[in-house]
Amino acid sequence: MSSMSQAVRGGGREWNATNVVGVALLGLIGLWILWNFIDSPTQVIQVAILGLCNGALYALIALGYTLVYGIIELINFAHGDLFMLGSVFSAMIISDWFGQETSNPTGWAVFALTFVAAMAFCAAINVSVDQLAYRRLRNAPKLAPLITAVGVSFIFQNVGIIWNGSAPKSQNAVLPGGSLEIGDVRVPWTYLFTVIITIPLLLLLTWIVQKTRQGKAMRATAQDPDAARLMGINTNRTIAFTFALGGAMAGAAAIMYLQNNGTTRYDAGFQLGLIAFTAAVLGGVGNLTGAVLGGLLIGLIQGLNDGAPHGLGQEWSQSVVFSILIALMVFRPSGILGSPTSEKV
Amino acid sequence: MAVVTTPGTGTGARRLRRVAVPALFLIGGLSVPTVVTNVGAFEDRWFPLTTMVLCGIFVMFTLGLNIVVGYAGLLDLGYVAFFLFGAYTAGWLMSSFFFQIDPGIHIFDAAINPDSPGINLSFWIVVPIAAVVAAIAGVIIGAPTLRLKSDYLALVTLGFGEILPQAFRNGESIKGFNLSNGTKGIGPTNPLDMGWLSWTGVGKDAINVFDYKTRYYVIFALCVIFILISLRLRDGKLGRAWLAIREDELAASLMGVPLMRTKLWAYGVGAAAGGIGGAFYCVSLGGVQVDTFNFQFSVIVLCMVILGGMANVYGCILGAVILTWVNYTGMKEIGNSVNNTFGTEISVPKYQFLIFGIVLVLMMLFRRDGMLPAARQKHSREIDAQIEKIGTEGVA
Repeated sequence: MSSMSQAVRGGGREWNATNVVGVALLGLIGLWILWNFIDSPTQVIQVAILGLCNGALYALIALGYTLVYGIIELINFAHGDLFMLGSVFSAMIISDWFGQETSNPTGWAVFALTFVAAMAFCAAINVSVDQLAYRRLRNAPKLAPLITAVGVSFIFQNVGIIWNGSAPKSQNAVLPGGSLEIGDVRVPWTYLFTVIITIPLLLLLTWIVQKTRQGKAMRATAQDPDAARLMGINTNRTIAFTFALGGAMAGAAAIMYLQNNGTTRYDAGFQLGLIAFTAAVLGGVGNLTGAVLGGLLIGLIQGLNDGAPHGLGQEWSQSVVFSILIALMVFRPSGILGSPTSEKV
Repeated sequence: MAVVTTPGTGTGARRLRRVAVPALFLIGGLSVPTVVTNVGAFEDRWFPLTTMVLCGIFVMFTLGLNIVVGYAGLLDLGYVAFFLFGAYTAGWLMSSFFFQIDPGIHIFDAAINPDSPGINLSFWIVVPIAAVVAAIAGVIIGAPTLRLKSDYLALVTLGFGEILPQAFRNGESIKGFNLSNGTKGIGPTNPLDMGWLSWTGVGKDAINVFDYKTRYYVIFALCVIFILISLRLRDGKLGRAWLAIREDELAASLMGVPLMRTKLWAYGVGAAAGGIGGAFYCVSLGGVQVDTFNFQFSVIVLCMVILGGMANVYGCILGAVILTWVNYTGMKEIGNSVNNTFGTEISVPKYQFLIFGIVLVLMMLFRRDGMLPAARQKHSREIDAQIEKIGTEGVA
């Protein structure tokens, strides 16, 4: 093992068996995509675009995982369920409060309002959970906050059951229906909107983390909380701010998911959360660009698997995602963009 | 780490406790079916034998996971995989599922039709096979994860716990061969066979579908065996190696503990318990359904370990029994009596996860070591709270 991490650190690559198998696997996946593409190019482009749009959603959720993991090394199991609560909340505002069911200017205005409200809602919940529970466990062994997160996830799911019912509920989209047609490739407008909205959000987030004072405090706290505290950074507030950012991203993902899929269900957060966390790990957990890249990649692979002519089909979707995760852990535990994180063996 | 007394070497009171706790446990455990006899009576409503049998199964799982998480400190979020392997092993080897094998193989079995096709083995032959199958699965799952940090380890085990049920759900036709019968599951399996015990007067060839008493005694016996194994392992060489790895991996390896082999042993032994529990679960229910195997299961077993007290065998038993009871009977009955007393219409099971979640969070906030903390853990916490930390970050 040590040889591999040294190879990564040193920049030069050592050709041992693990590396060879890993590269061979990548090559096989490339060949498989090529094979699909030669067989039916339009279909592959179509599913790839849809997959990438889904990937944008995964990226938004993955950011919440990666931000929190980066700063307090906690796998926030409740994050997926927070996303679910956000989608139920958005549906409540759009359909129940404003009764918007079709795409018209009023509906768009309500959408804009709900978008902000959902972000604020999820951010507020995430911060309160942090302050009520995780905050007291900052110095506890790592298992304690993890189990707390599992408990919070159960609580959220139950709130979802009470709020939304135990059966999935279908909701109307207020964004324009129909799709953009380029040749034979059709992309639904809602999917395009997802990408259009995601990009500025990501830019904003990058700006906050890289350029602002608060972002600097976040990076310092992630690097070394004690040293950050000694430098006069209010680490507790910084961590709360990180939770707020992650929650806001989940809220944005929630309303876009609602517009894309048109359903709210109490267990939506579980699967999506797992996929998003895989995306975060794929990109190198703790790395913002990595999370986005991981999300897009997972979306793409999932899209190809579900829709490409030689894919395994939707019933294997989850297995494919997790096989990637396991293969990644074996061949490159640090993720695509992460720094080496292996055990000292 | 400073001096830590081994459990069991101490003053007279301590020695007494060492005898009294297991004795009480044995007497209490054995007398459960004799207390719960009247159908419909208070004790039958509150402590039905069906739930007690489930308690036994979950005790088995919890003890198995305790070896991985509690002893060796390897966070496993995919324990459901071993449960699955055990249950499907029993399904395959104790039913007419492989109808291609005709005439069927019958070895001391209790199949209703003695000429039925398929592999029909006695439950008592299937138990060790299920344990071995699960243990091999444990080693295979464990092997690629050994060099990972604790969180990543959790994630990979979680991944396996998601992939395997999906593979079995879709395993209806693997190149035309039906391996798992998809969502329909495998069943009915042959009843539990107790013919070899008939000389004592306890056993019957095949136990009745409603005979939960015998089922209870069987799982109780299996649990007692595994409890003894757990206790012996903890105090033996392997157990000390596990604890050393849990406390500080680097230090352990410097002291000559073979990390790979020791960790794989933890996975193997822990998985074997899952396999045995799974096989019994399958036979007790008379079949196996793929929907049983989900992430929630892994999490609930982990909660049993943590709420009871990590690395403490008696704590784990307590955690498993209480949580299983609350899940399957307690919540419903408490709800009923609240409704009857106050004339309300609250459906308590609807709030099950809410209550469960709140209990988990509160336990973590206020009593992190569980209901019965392991003596060693309590001690080491007193010396230095940080030593208990799982993973190698340790005293950084």
